[in-house]
Amino acid sequence: MRSGALRRVWGMVYRHLALYRRSWPRVLELMYWPILQMVVWGFVTAYLAGVQANTASVAAGILLGGALLWEVTLRAQMGFSISFLEEIWSRNLGHVFVSPLRPRELVAALMAMSVIRVVVGVLPAVGLAWLLYHFGLFSMGPVVVLFFAALLAMGWAVALGVVALILRYGAGAEALAWSVLFGLAPFSAVFYPVSVLPAWLQPVALSLPSAHVFEGMRAALLHGEIAWGHLAAAFALDGFWLAVMAWVFMRQFHSARVRGALLNIGE
Amino acid sequence: MQSPAILAEALTKRYAADAPPAVDGLSFSMPRGATWGLLGGNGAGKTTTIGMLLGLLVPTSGRIACLGHDMARDRFAALARMNFSSPYIALPSRISVAENLRVYAHLYGVPGTERRIRDLASQLQLTDLLDRPAGNLSAGQKTRVALAKALINTPELLLLDEPTASLDPDTGDWVRSWLERYRAETGCSILLASHNMAEVERLCGHVLMLKQGKVVDQGSPASLLAKYGRDDLEEVFLDIARGRQREEVPA
Repeated sequence: MRSGALRRVWGMVYRHLALYRRSWPRVLELMYWPILQMVVWGFVTAYLAGVQANTASVAAGILLGGALLWEVTLRAQMGFSISFLEEIWSRNLGHVFVSPLRPRELVAALMAMSVIRVVVGVLPAVGLAWLLYHFGLFSMGPVVVLFFAALLAMGWAVALGVVALILRYGAGAEALAWSVLFGLAPFSAVFYPVSVLPAWLQPVALSLPSAHVFEGMRAALLHGEIAWGHLAAAFALDGFWLAVMAWVFMRQFHSARVRGALLNIGE
Repeated sequence: MQSPAILAEALTKRYAADAPPAVDGLSFSMPRGATWGLLGGNGAGKTTTIGMLLGLLVPTSGRIACLGHDMARDRFAALARMNFSSPYIALPSRISVAENLRVYAHLYGVPGTERRIRDLASQLQLTDLLDRPAGNLSAGQKTRVALAKALINTPELLLLDEPTASLDPDTGDWVRSWLERYRAETGCSILLASHNMAEVERLCGHVLMLKQGKVVDQGSPASLLAKYGRDDLEEVFLDIARGRQREEVPA
């Protein structure tokens, strides 16, 4: 990326950082849900430990690891989509799109904001899991960074689809920014293996990068192995879904320019 | 020879295949350094025309070139040298005036960002407002901030959509005087869409009268007044809007 493009991307990132700097409720909201999830799943594992001590330590790792890593996907998707929605809410899109900012640079800025929101939102929950439940997410080893990356990319792919729908249907589609990923959770095998799903649903699950990441997480936690096959599948699927959703986004962006939707998308 | 500031050739926009065109075969060539007005009633096609000139809207047919750049193929090169202000498109209200200007300085690649912001703030009487959230300003202050944003990259072509709408007469006059001075100092080309006829008469050397997406008349304010035998542009506007010819005009 050339320096002009980098500066435009920074301009958009700066706009959002300035917003967060002036709004502590927004920063608090970033951390609130991941921490709440962590506390709830922590109590679940504490309860399981009381019921059946042997399985509890294994279950604790799988549940807490699943909850934390799923938050990465969720926060990545929401960080991207909500940063775009902030432009709609502030009725600023018209100014943004008449500037020299290219659509791909806008996407890069939204990805950068998504990473920042994930770090601010999920890291406190990771720390809390270690403090309260002695669960170290990074005890899986450096492979956890690859899990993070694969889930971030999946969050971006879903977010590109959400933003494309917002461009198509306007601010009326904004509820998708909060809800769409919950629909994928049952197929992502966050807390159970893909093999638990009915046979006809397993191909659906295996078409999602997240299912491979969580299979990989369980392999790391249960057997201390790195499931390279699942990791490779996760990144290949990320590439596929990102390409598909980038195409859908660009189609909808062009369509919005044809329909005049960029002039009144916030209305 | 220098390319025109704006060249529009047979520009047409239909929002739906079975709808009447919002802009219908619009052609004009606005020279560099000129200030032109785009006049017309509601639904005449002004906003659609400006949207197409800015690349926010894709024309159904026809061609646009701004500052020599074809907007279908090379719009980002043109957009870096243009800017736009409209009271109907807001700036982020929760960040400060300085932060807003910094964002757009980055987007337009403005060198010496902080100095440019200080200069503009000084010229537009914004210095005391730089740290205030943009949403906490009066209408007049917001207009000055929007103008500062529109001038952040020292544009060669400035598109203004009703720049003094909802301003009191004093502030409106201040903005018009400022624009006159800025144009004289920089040679910037300005296309102005407005419902304020006195404003158009004062600022514009040439006026395009739009009705139902077509140019129904054009010329300098003085030539239009003479042609319609009127004393001010508002009466000319009403004659055109109501489809009256000179011989039908009441004495």
